[in-house]
Amino acid sequence: MKIEFSVNGKPVEVEAEPRMTLADCLRHKLGLTGTHVGCEHGVCGACTIIVDGAAVRSCLMLAVQADGADITTVEGLSHEDRLTPLQTAFRRNHGLQCGYCTPGMLTTSHALLTNEPDCDADRVREVLSGNICRCTGYVSIVEAVLEARAAYRKDAEEDRA
Amino acid sequence: MTVANALVGSPIERVEDLRFLRGRGQYVGDLNFDDTLHAAVFRSPVAHGKLISVDKSAALAIPGVHAVFTAADLGDVIPYIPMRLHPLPELEPFWQPVVAYDKVRYVGEPIALVVADSAAIAEDGVDAIEVEIEPLPAVMTKPQAESGETLLFDKKGTNEVLGYRGYRGDVSIFDTAPYTRKERFTVQRHTAVPMEPRGLLAEWDAERQHLTMWGAAKVPFFNRRILSRLIGLAEDQILLVENDVGGGFGPRGEFYPEDFLLPFAARHLNKRIKWIEDRRENLMAMNHARECDCEVEIACDLKGRILGLRGRGVVDIGAYMRTNGAVGARNIAQFISGPYRVPNMNYEVGMIVTNKTPVGTYRGPGRFEADFFRERMLDMIAEDLGIDRVEIRRRNLVTHAEMPYRMASITPFDADDELDSGDYSETLDRCLAEIGWDEKAALNGKEIDGRYHGLGIACFVEAGGAGPKEFARVTLEKTGDYTVYVGSAAVGQGIETVFAQIAGDALEVPMSRITGVHHGSTRNVSDGFGAYHSRSTVMGGSAILDAVAKLKDMIRAEAGRRLNCSADAVEIVEGTTAIGPGGRSIALAELAAETDLSVEGSFINKRLSWAYGAHATHVAVDAETGHVEVLDYIAVEDVGRIINPLTMTGQIVGSIMQGLGGTFLEHFKYDENGQLLTGSLADYMLPTASDFPKVRGIPMGNHPSPMNPVGAKGGGEGGIFSVAGVIGNAVAAALKSFNVQPRDLPLSPPQIWELLQAARQSPSSPQ
Repeated sequence: MKIEFSVNGKPVEVEAEPRMTLADCLRHKLGLTGTHVGCEHGVCGACTIIVDGAAVRSCLMLAVQADGADITTVEGLSHEDRLTPLQTAFRRNHGLQCGYCTPGMLTTSHALLTNEPDCDADRVREVLSGNICRCTGYVSIVEAVLEARAAYRKDAEEDRA
Repeated sequence: MTVANALVGSPIERVEDLRFLRGRGQYVGDLNFDDTLHAAVFRSPVAHGKLISVDKSAALAIPGVHAVFTAADLGDVIPYIPMRLHPLPELEPFWQPVVAYDKVRYVGEPIALVVADSAAIAEDGVDAIEVEIEPLPAVMTKPQAESGETLLFDKKGTNEVLGYRGYRGDVSIFDTAPYTRKERFTVQRHTAVPMEPRGLLAEWDAERQHLTMWGAAKVPFFNRRILSRLIGLAEDQILLVENDVGGGFGPRGEFYPEDFLLPFAARHLNKRIKWIEDRRENLMAMNHARECDCEVEIACDLKGRILGLRGRGVVDIGAYMRTNGAVGARNIAQFISGPYRVPNMNYEVGMIVTNKTPVGTYRGPGRFEADFFRERMLDMIAEDLGIDRVEIRRRNLVTHAEMPYRMASITPFDADDELDSGDYSETLDRCLAEIGWDEKAALNGKEIDGRYHGLGIACFVEAGGAGPKEFARVTLEKTGDYTVYVGSAAVGQGIETVFAQIAGDALEVPMSRITGVHHGSTRNVSDGFGAYHSRSTVMGGSAILDAVAKLKDMIRAEAGRRLNCSADAVEIVEGTTAIGPGGRSIALAELAAETDLSVEGSFINKRLSWAYGAHATHVAVDAETGHVEVLDYIAVEDVGRIINPLTMTGQIVGSIMQGLGGTFLEHFKYDENGQLLTGSLADYMLPTASDFPKVRGIPMGNHPSPMNPVGAKGGGEGGIFSVAGVIGNAVAAALKSFNVQPRDLPLSPPQIWELLQAARQSPSSPQ
């Protein structure tokens, strides 16, 4: 089936089998391998992407369901070689080791902070509890997300102004 | 005049992060080459049985399926996977064949490999395979295995595999000791579960008669040796490429059946073939770990000083002896004494085979288990003898003055190790101060808002830096920058950064002039030993220092020729310029442009380095539900020399979290027929961000290792060793009024609730 959607600001047109997941479509049809597949059951969160503003598990969504959607993957979070404040905070706090869960952590956190730039540590932990990390023990990830809040608050203020 | 950079010891942000954070990491599953076929594995649905026939005709009839390989396609002799560590001849009858041919011995054992145009079609092919298996009774428990009524290996005549023994002095001391206590403990089957499932991409180049395989990890050089032997190619006909690796922790990167089947199929079909396992396969096919049942008896004088330790344990290794499947048993026998003075010891750990997934090492193999037993016993003994729990540890810790302190000898594959250096009381003191031990002492056993509070303390030693050797190459590039190649492997721990720090300091250049740290793949260095036994930084770092020293000699000699002076008269300044007598100089970039300036160094090590530390925790136990909340958790570890405090702390905290998973949550459960009941991440519970928020790790570097020039001791595992012991101790302290003593993992709410119920019904209970 032919589907059209937007990824990281660019329109794309893909021929996808009806049974193909959106994760596989992004990875194998569009070469966007930053989105990782860790369980294919919607449990680990590694494949999380942002679909029309919401954090979504791309292994639980079929590619054909993305027709007309606006999608952001980890590759679309930063522009060129600059890291975003969220990515910078992950690096400064050592919020990643092997890097496999990282794209899902970033997209989930980005969606959270965009909608709730004032969230507290409990809320961060609650939301991130849907993303499994086996390396860091989460402490540094939570610290990174909390540290990145300031930049999102600033963005929200500028949007209001 | 040159200035040292002091990169080593600084919390430098990782170079790896720049690609990982932008989605530019390249894991094996991310490799998308044209003209690639895809493979899927048909695995035994039966735990134990005779394999009568495999019908692949329906699979082959599916459009897009290219081939199906079974044992019948592999030739007359089916290869077996040899052991990497402790390859004793007695263990050989238990090795795993690369594909099942006469019997199947666990659910998940490979029976066939389907190769197709896409992964989806290959999976369709797997669904279409028909097998006939004559079922045999599944051997699932220790009593079933030990009875020998059903044998996994008929020719062997027993399900019992040889055991290890840790021995020292004379345990007849038990006949006269004023106090002894014997306890039995069990640890449940669980394992590493790295976030990236395994994967391989094999390519056969018929013209060059050359095999390339991407997806190697941990021990690529060793695996190339095995593959060379099993597949009948010379080592230089095989290249194993290490890509980014999504977590190691022991199981990842060992040689599995698929590590033969993929290249075999690629060579046979003269194609490029990719295989990425799914999570269900990962949970039933990658090494399990930890399952054991052990009895420990300790003799003390009335002041709590250990006089002797003895007992016997059994490790359930699952269906086969894998590459490092004996390490857990061996390490229990060695590490049961931990950081303590145990003058007399005889501890035996046997192994049994059962119809479950085979086991291998998982972070802190044998130590997580042994430390649970020992630290729990110390608390029980302290209580019996009326001694403070910290004091009993102080009385038994090996002191600085006693080092090097010889531990119990281990046999077979005999080894004598020595606790090398440090001051164990320093980490204990720091740990007690961090948790607020004295201030919180009154909380032990106290009920607050329906929950009972308790504190726990435990001490450990961590062996690291396993030999025998490691290799590194350092090259001066024509740009004047440096490139480092090393035989160590990256599994996500950040060695590109750590090695750039070590090389930068040694070369006296900023990290920006180390333009690459290449690791793992079987090229660039003559041999490599990889990432296990907390050895990468110790061994690889030391090899880099040797290579840098040799490169500097080479540069001085070459500059001396140009400047017409002796090499000794040449000074290298800031890694940029060579200056001879009278101030005549030559830029190193200029030298490199005309001469090949690249040299290999190595480090050989026979003695382990021993990091050490202590863990402490504060828990609250809900007596109604059995739920334990970890209110605070701290681990302090002296790792000799800290290269990067950021990554070192990350290793400790990450280890603790895995230990908490193994203590409370993670459990591979089987039914009596050998079906795995926890085959998804919804059933096999890993810790999440909201489970244990209060975890802290503190690395110390007060006592550099005398065993290597870097001064580092392995630091990748110490955070996991004491977790079960210290949590068990804290739970016991919390539930002291009920006389509850945790002896069996996991400490799940039902388990604690049952202990409480049993205690309440016991006549000796104060309730």
